[in-house]
Amino acid sequence: MPVLDLKDIHKSYRSHLSIRKHWVLRGLSLAIEPGEIFGFIGTNGAGKTTTIKLALGLIFPDSGSVRLFGQEAAQVELRRRVGFLPENPYLYDYLTGEEFLDFHARLFGLDAPARRGRVRELLERVGLANRGDRQLRHYSKGMLQRIGLAQALINDPDLVILDEPMSGLDPIGRREVRDIILDLKARGRTVFFSTHILSDTEMICDRVGLLVRGSLKAVGRIEELVSQEVPYWEVALQGIADGDLPCGQVVSRRDGRILVRVDSQGDLHRLVSTLNGGGARLVSVTPGRQSLEDLFIREARAPAPPQAEERERHAR
Amino acid sequence: MLVRINAIALNTFREAIRHRILYLLLIFAVAMISFAQILSLLTVGSEEKIIKDFGLASIDIFGVLTAVFIGIGLVSREIERRTVYTLLAKPLHRFEFILGKFAGLSLTLLVNTAVMAVWFFLVLLLKGMFDWRLLIAVLLLYFQFLLITAMAVLFSCLSTPILASVMTLALYAIGHLLWSLDLLAARLTAGWGKLVCRALYFVLPNLGTFDIKGEVVHGLAIDGTRVLWAAAYLALYGSATLWTACAVFERKELQ
Repeated sequence: MPVLDLKDIHKSYRSHLSIRKHWVLRGLSLAIEPGEIFGFIGTNGAGKTTTIKLALGLIFPDSGSVRLFGQEAAQVELRRRVGFLPENPYLYDYLTGEEFLDFHARLFGLDAPARRGRVRELLERVGLANRGDRQLRHYSKGMLQRIGLAQALINDPDLVILDEPMSGLDPIGRREVRDIILDLKARGRTVFFSTHILSDTEMICDRVGLLVRGSLKAVGRIEELVSQEVPYWEVALQGIADGDLPCGQVVSRRDGRILVRVDSQGDLHRLVSTLNGGGARLVSVTPGRQSLEDLFIREARAPAPPQAEERERHAR
Repeated sequence: MLVRINAIALNTFREAIRHRILYLLLIFAVAMISFAQILSLLTVGSEEKIIKDFGLASIDIFGVLTAVFIGIGLVSREIERRTVYTLLAKPLHRFEFILGKFAGLSLTLLVNTAVMAVWFFLVLLLKGMFDWRLLIAVLLLYFQFLLITAMAVLFSCLSTPILASVMTLALYAIGHLLWSLDLLAARLTAGWGKLVCRALYFVLPNLGTFDIKGEVVHGLAIDGTRVLWAAAYLALYGSATLWTACAVFERKELQ
């Protein structure tokens, strides 16, 4: 049973004075499985935060269903099992780190000794053990992100939802957040986080979902997504002149070696077959592996599908 | 439920007492109450009446300003700064958030009113002018602050902070002038105009219910039923306002 299950979600906003609807999500379906780290990637404005808010009941879908742990997500009690860190959180800067965590622990009805223990444990876990008595207004951005993460973990949740947890952090801060996410997985928790930092996604995610203009363009394990096609090959040859190449594009030349890029399997065969007759030697053939970034850019740049525009017209 | 409402209330109170505006308003109120003594020397009339009148008016105005600015600030800011996201992602019902905010603000106003009142009573005690009926007048003023806070919370759920402040202050002014609407209705002949005036008279908050400054300052007797009616009015009107705020917030999209 998925931990979080979104089915055919449509969501639109209407600005104050306009009767025109702006569609943010168009038929989004997504299932997050227990124990996985799921990276939700997409451009700014793709609908990632909207999806997260829907999952938490902060906003309501126009149509479709949102289920948490197999039940209607609107049930407030289900949030006992959920932890959430919003994007660029503005936390209560007049509170100290300890007071801030204690306040959130109170919302779960923990008694004073349990709260004290939990607060101490979490401050240590996020590396703020000696800063708990300082007001949040004196925290750096990285420290705020870490205390924000700590409040998301105050109830030891089964599902942790993080909205852009690495945004604005320096490499050390990102590393720390990554380690906390991996630690959560090691403890058997499910992590669903949105981001546009692809290197982090590739490094830690079990699965990713790519959201473009409110539609899920791809979802699956990174190896599955990026190895679906080989868009080009790089062929290293020795002892051949540029003029003898039947096709392809020269990428570099060095010490009599030439690196040629061909964009189709047919071109690859033609190139390799020309070597049979001459004195040229094939050094290597490397399939150009598509990266997550390539997939991201290609999907983000693709024109909007006509049915999306059709729906937009229909909604007016 | 109560545990969560308590947590929100405590945090709201904590935020309010760490707010500079609260202290600024308190300092102004204390200064105004003290200024009443100087004013009484410069004005023709009974010194006692002027000090009492000016003191109660100061508590009234600064209490209302605290209810409006702190009240609206604390609710709107939670929404604007998105701190409410982390709260509502917890097992916290939206109505619990609203009631917790109201409870925290009520506690803040209680402390605020108590500080102003203690200073006011000290001034009067030193001058030998203290009258126990002033306690009732201050209690009714506190009732009024609670009602205004409920309205401020409602408007914060409906609108932007500036508009919510304007609307709450406008209702405060209207609430004190509501007797004129009753007067107008009495003078109109039967028809739509009279009906509208009557309807507005019953729907809009009648803040005159909480105003016994005149009676206290002039040493007139205070009818016990008046105080009971004020408490009942606060309970009914305040509950209805808070219920509406909860209903509005329940459906609010937190974009």
